Amino acid sequence: MDFNFTEEQTMIRDSLARLIREQYDFETRRKVVASESGWRPEMWAQFAELGLLMAPFSEEDGGLGGGPIDAMVVMEEFGKGLVVEPYLPSVVCGGGFLKRGSDAQKEEYLSGVMSGEMIFAFAYAEPKGRYNLADLETTANKNGSGFVLNGHKAVVIGAPWATHFIVTARTSGDRRDKNGVTVFVVARDADGVSTRDYPTVDGRRASEVYFENVSVGAESVVGEVDNGLPLVELVSDEAIAALCAEACGAMKVAHAMTVDYSRQRKQFGVPIGKFQVLQHRMVDMFMEYEQSVSMTYMATLKLDEDAVTRKKAASAAKVRIGQGGRFVGQEAVQIHGGMGMTDELAVGHYFKRITMIDSEFGNVDHHLKRYTDLSGADMAAAAE
Amino acid sequence: MNLDFTPEEIAFRNEVREFIRENYPKELEGMGTREDLTREQFLAWHKVLGKKGWSAPSWPKKYGGTGWTSTQKYIWSEENARVDALMPLPFGVSMVGPVIYTFGNEEQKERHLPGILSGDVWWCQGYSEPGAGSDLASLKTTAVRDGDHYVINGQKTWTTLAQHADWGFFLCRTDPNAKKPQEGISFILVDMKTPGIEVKPIKLIDGTHEVNETWLTDVRVPVENLVGVENEGWTYAKFLLAHERSGIAGVARSKRGVERLRNIATNELVDGEPLLEQPEFARKISQLEIDLTALEFTELRTLASEAAGKGPGPESSILKVKGTEIQQRLTELTLEAVGYYGAPYAYGMEADGKNDFGVGPDHSNYAAETYFNMRKTSIYGGSNEIQRNIISKMILGL
Repeated sequence: MDFNFTEEQTMIRDSLARLIREQYDFETRRKVVASESGWRPEMWAQFAELGLLMAPFSEEDGGLGGGPIDAMVVMEEFGKGLVVEPYLPSVVCGGGFLKRGSDAQKEEYLSGVMSGEMIFAFAYAEPKGRYNLADLETTANKNGSGFVLNGHKAVVIGAPWATHFIVTARTSGDRRDKNGVTVFVVARDADGVSTRDYPTVDGRRASEVYFENVSVGAESVVGEVDNGLPLVELVSDEAIAALCAEACGAMKVAHAMTVDYSRQRKQFGVPIGKFQVLQHRMVDMFMEYEQSVSMTYMATLKLDEDAVTRKKAASAAKVRIGQGGRFVGQEAVQIHGGMGMTDELAVGHYFKRITMIDSEFGNVDHHLKRYTDLSGADMAAAAE
Repeated sequence: MNLDFTPEEIAFRNEVREFIRENYPKELEGMGTREDLTREQFLAWHKVLGKKGWSAPSWPKKYGGTGWTSTQKYIWSEENARVDALMPLPFGVSMVGPVIYTFGNEEQKERHLPGILSGDVWWCQGYSEPGAGSDLASLKTTAVRDGDHYVINGQKTWTTLAQHADWGFFLCRTDPNAKKPQEGISFILVDMKTPGIEVKPIKLIDGTHEVNETWLTDVRVPVENLVGVENEGWTYAKFLLAHERSGIAGVARSKRGVERLRNIATNELVDGEPLLEQPEFARKISQLEIDLTALEFTELRTLASEAAGKGPGPESSILKVKGTEIQQRLTELTLEAVGYYGAPYAYGMEADGKNDFGVGPDHSNYAAETYFNMRKTSIYGGSNEIQRNIISKMILGL
């Protein structure tokens, strides 16, 4: 067992932290979020220059030879800076699928993800599917050697900036069957693809994405036809680990801002940080944060274990971070008092981001149930 | 970062597992979670480990520790928890031992460390007083110098298992005129057979005789039993509490407890179906297990940073708070799981042979008693509120 970061990982952290400090201050972010495009492609180019987009991929695939821990380091710093650029959708999710795709897909797309020229968004959620990754109304019907896609994907994060989508669709079976799910790469400019773009409450951009008789070739299938669900679950668990890291970064800053504010703000003639009732609450926030970091490490380190272990680890982390994040976010606002409610202060923006993380890739209830179901399966297997 | 065991660590695990299987005393099997044991029972495994040289894995090697890495120590606690092993009590190995080898003189090390390691000498802790609980520094027991002796007078309380103790370590006020309450306290080792010491039992809500009142009347202790410097005992007292806290998380034992709870919930039926299949209850177990995983990895991170050269610091307060919360929830859910068979009372006042009277399923024995008993964990070792004060001051700087 080893809990140390490599030199490369420490370097990534330090240089990214510096870049964010220098070019991603809160006021700058505010302007960017309010701008028409809502992001900075030139920032993306700088991330590419730092090697962040290549960091988690193997050297064989043209990456820097890192893995999920490198993505964790990046996402934690992004969380601290409330970075809106689409690292999770494009690098973690898009790259996560493509590195397991065909050689042709790696050549055509993965290199684009790593250079930053292509941006992927992950269109998995549907208006009526909630958090069940197999509950799909989007269909892909066989048409010659290819497929025709029809359907509506919900709240696709980063879609307005995307050049390509990873799309889950049903190729066979009934609506919630585990079999019959297939993963496709679809270019944003393909005929029949349309989007309705909007800002999200936490400063990002997303779209409803519609597919109307979109024709794709057989070479667009990532992984196996009809048997895509295990891959979708694997990449989603990787996304969960990365999201947890982002949440940790945001929680750390929200907590530090709160402690700092409690030292400055005076009431009844003393800094409010002198009140034991607030001290203990800030200690509880700190403990929630530390436990969240522990769970993020745990889930990240278990991504390469067998499927049940990996899924339980990801769900456990998502539960703990959902609960810890809610506590830290709410208390950060509470201890800031009225100021915490203002748009002007950064703390409310951290609160909003942390809050939204809970609903991405399944909330606390969903993952508590998933964990419980998997524990039951574990027990049954042990009894056999 | 990785979670892998090296081939050497796997070999170590096999060696440890084998050793436990062959040497763990048969008469202690299934007794590891009980409080009502005899002195011999409490010490049986400790003595085996003492002979093997494994009774104090966290000590420096030159004082009799094992020199194990943090991963080896993790494996060690996991393997012991697998069989619910009754581990060496903390008073010698985790508390006074580290104080003696860190602050004591050579003579004290030679005299006391071997007995702690072997399990031949039982230690008790004279810290709390009726008027000095969370505010420990307000303690009033005095030690007055008289020639080559200190004369100790006062009353200690919550002296855990002092009825078995050979020696005690006591915090006494040696300078009544010190400016601050933390100053003027000394750390003194006392032979419990010294005239003037009276140990009186306190019966707890679970019916056990686990703690005592300890009265000291004109107890004459040789001055060579002072540890470190006179009037600087508070420093040693705090050092000891940090060591006490780091072992207090009890992760491996709680993991075993969750396993036991799952088995109980598999056998308890609701409408003919296992309680474990009731979503409400199953999710409570999941939540507990998830929180325990968070604690486990927090402890692993702490151990890793200790291995990198940092001693147990204020972070150990997190382990104390979260560890005890989990131990309490575990016993709470266990009591909930056994239903009405939690009610039959299985303990007597005496420490031996009063139990297992065969009412209800075996797994319901002691469920309520253990739940009641474990309420102590958020109170002892510095209450969880005091731990929050420590974190607030030492980590948040408030």
